[in-house]
Amino acid sequence: MARRLVLPLLALGLLAATAAYLLPGLGQKWQFVLSLRATRLGGMLVVGAAIAVATVLFQTVSRNRILTPQIMGFDALFILLQTALVASLGPVGFAGLPDLAKFLAELALLVGASLLLFGTLLGRGTEDVARMILTGVILGILFRSASGFLARVLDPNEFAVVQSQVVASFSRVNASLLPWAAGLTGLAILAALRMARQLDVLALGRAPAVSLGLRHDLVLSLALILTAVLVAVATAMVGPMAFLGLIVVALARPLAGTDRHAPLIAVSILVSCLLLVLGQTLFERVLARQSPLPAVIEFAGGLVFFFLLLKGRVR
Amino acid sequence: MIRVEGVSHSIGRTPILHDIDLTLAPGRITALIGPNGAGKSTLLSLIARLAPLQSGRITVAGLDVAATPTRDLARVMAILPQSLNVASRLRVEELVAFGRWPHHQGRPAARDRAMVDEAIEAFTLGALRHRFLDELSGGQRQRAHLAMAFAQETEWLLLDEPLAALDMAHARALMARLAALRDQGRGVVIVVHEINFAAAWADDIVALKEGRVMAQAAPVALFTPETLGALYDTPLRVEHFEGRPLVLNHL
Repeated sequence: MARRLVLPLLALGLLAATAAYLLPGLGQKWQFVLSLRATRLGGMLVVGAAIAVATVLFQTVSRNRILTPQIMGFDALFILLQTALVASLGPVGFAGLPDLAKFLAELALLVGASLLLFGTLLGRGTEDVARMILTGVILGILFRSASGFLARVLDPNEFAVVQSQVVASFSRVNASLLPWAAGLTGLAILAALRMARQLDVLALGRAPAVSLGLRHDLVLSLALILTAVLVAVATAMVGPMAFLGLIVVALARPLAGTDRHAPLIAVSILVSCLLLVLGQTLFERVLARQSPLPAVIEFAGGLVFFFLLLKGRVR
Repeated sequence: MIRVEGVSHSIGRTPILHDIDLTLAPGRITALIGPNGAGKSTLLSLIARLAPLQSGRITVAGLDVAATPTRDLARVMAILPQSLNVASRLRVEELVAFGRWPHHQGRPAARDRAMVDEAIEAFTLGALRHRFLDELSGGQRQRAHLAMAFAQETEWLLLDEPLAALDMAHARALMARLAALRDQGRGVVIVVHEINFAAAWADDIVALKEGRVMAQAAPVALFTPETLGALYDTPLRVEHFEGRPLVLNHL
C-alpha cells in the first residue's frame, strides 16, 4: 500500500534535501563553509524533531488538533528572559555570558516554569487540561507585557540586541551547544516512542483509559514533561517558533493515515526536518537571504491555523 | 462480589453520597435507579476507580480498588462511561481492539483478534467495522464502545446509562446480551433511567435517593406504587405483565 512508502520516501527526501543544503558551491574554504552549514543543519534537525514530537504529545494531552505547546507562553517567557538579561547586564555583559551555562539555565527555567504550570493539573483531577492551557495563555500575555515594559526603558542599542535574540533564526545555532541539545532531544523522543502505545490509550479519554488499566495521570504527566523539555530545547536553540509544529502535524496526520503515535511521531519528525531543510536551502541558496525562514514558516503556519479553524473539523 | 463499605463522597462542598454500604452479587444484573442527582453515576465511577475514594472501602472480586494496580483491575472489570469523547480518529475495529489492551499491553495475539471479531459480531458492527468513529451516529458509536467493554472479557461489567443513545431494537439486543453474560456467571451493574428495562431484565435493583440507598431488592418486591412513588416523588401506576412489573410512567 502507498502508506508503507510514506516513511521511506520522506527519509529519502530528507537525505536529498540535506545533500542539496550541504554540498553545492562550497568553494575554496570548503572546510569552514561545510562546518558552518553542518552546524545549522544539525540545529534544524534537532529543532524540527523536537517541535514535531512536542506538538504531537501536546495535541494528545490537550485533545485538540489546533494547539501547539507554544501557546502556553513559552516564547513569551523566553523573550522576557532575554530582555531582562540585556536590561540588567547591558549588551556587553549579555554577550559575555558563557554559552553553555546560559543555555542550560534557560532550559532549566523554561522546563521549571512549565512544570509549575503543569503541576496545577495534578491533584485537582487531570480532566482540567483546558484550565491549564488558559492559565498558560494568560501567563504568556503577562510575560509579553512585562518584556514590552522593559523594552520601553531600554536604550536603542540594547533594544537592538534584544531584537536579534528574540527572532527565531537558524544562523544562531551554536556548535558547542548542539551535542547537548541533540542528546536531550534524542532521549525525549526515545521516551515518547517507548510510550507510544500508552499514548494511543491516553487519547481515548480519561475514563476509557482508566477502564483499560492505563495509569492515566502518570502517562499524562510524563507526556507533559517531555513536551516541556522538547519545547525548551528548541526555544533555547533558535528562539520562539510558534506555528511550525502546527503545520507539521497537520501535514503529518493525513500522510501517516493514522493517529497511532508510533507512526505519527516518525512521520512528523521527517516532515518537520524536511520542511526546515528545504525551506532553508531555498532561502539561503535560491533567494540568497540570510534567515527569514522562521518568519515565513510562522506566516504560513498562521494560514494553516485559519484553514484548520475554518474547515471546522477540529476537536 | 462487589462490596461497598462506608463510602461517602462530596464534590466541592456538596455531599453526593452518604455512608453507602452495598453488596452486589456476581452472576446477576444489578440496576442502579433513582432520580437525577441521586448519586448513581458517582457511585459507579467510585467502584470503577474513575474518581478517588474519599472515605470507606470498595472491593471488586476481592481486590481493593484503591490499593490494587489499575492494570490488574482492568482484567476484572470494564466500564462504559457516560460521556464518550475519543480524541483520535479511529476506526470501529481499532476502538474495539483497545478492549484487549489490559490483556496484551500492545502486542495482540490470535486470541485477542478472535475476541475482537466476536465483540464486533455481538454488537452487529460488522458492516461498520472499517468506518471512522466520527462518521457514526451517537447510537452506533455507543455500540462500538460497548463492544470494546465486551472485548475486555471481564468478570464485571459496569455500564453508565448504556441505553441512552440506542434505538428500541439495539436497546433490547443489548439487554439480551447482558443477560447472556449474566448466565455465564458474570456480574453486570448498570445505571438506567428507562425504568421498565430495569423491571424486565434486572435481577436486583438498588434504589438511590439523595445519596443514600433507599432500597435493595428484586424488581417484583421493589417496584410497587408506594416505593417507586416515594423514590421519584411522583405518583406512579405499576401493573404486571408476564410476572414482571410494568411501570406506566408515561401516563
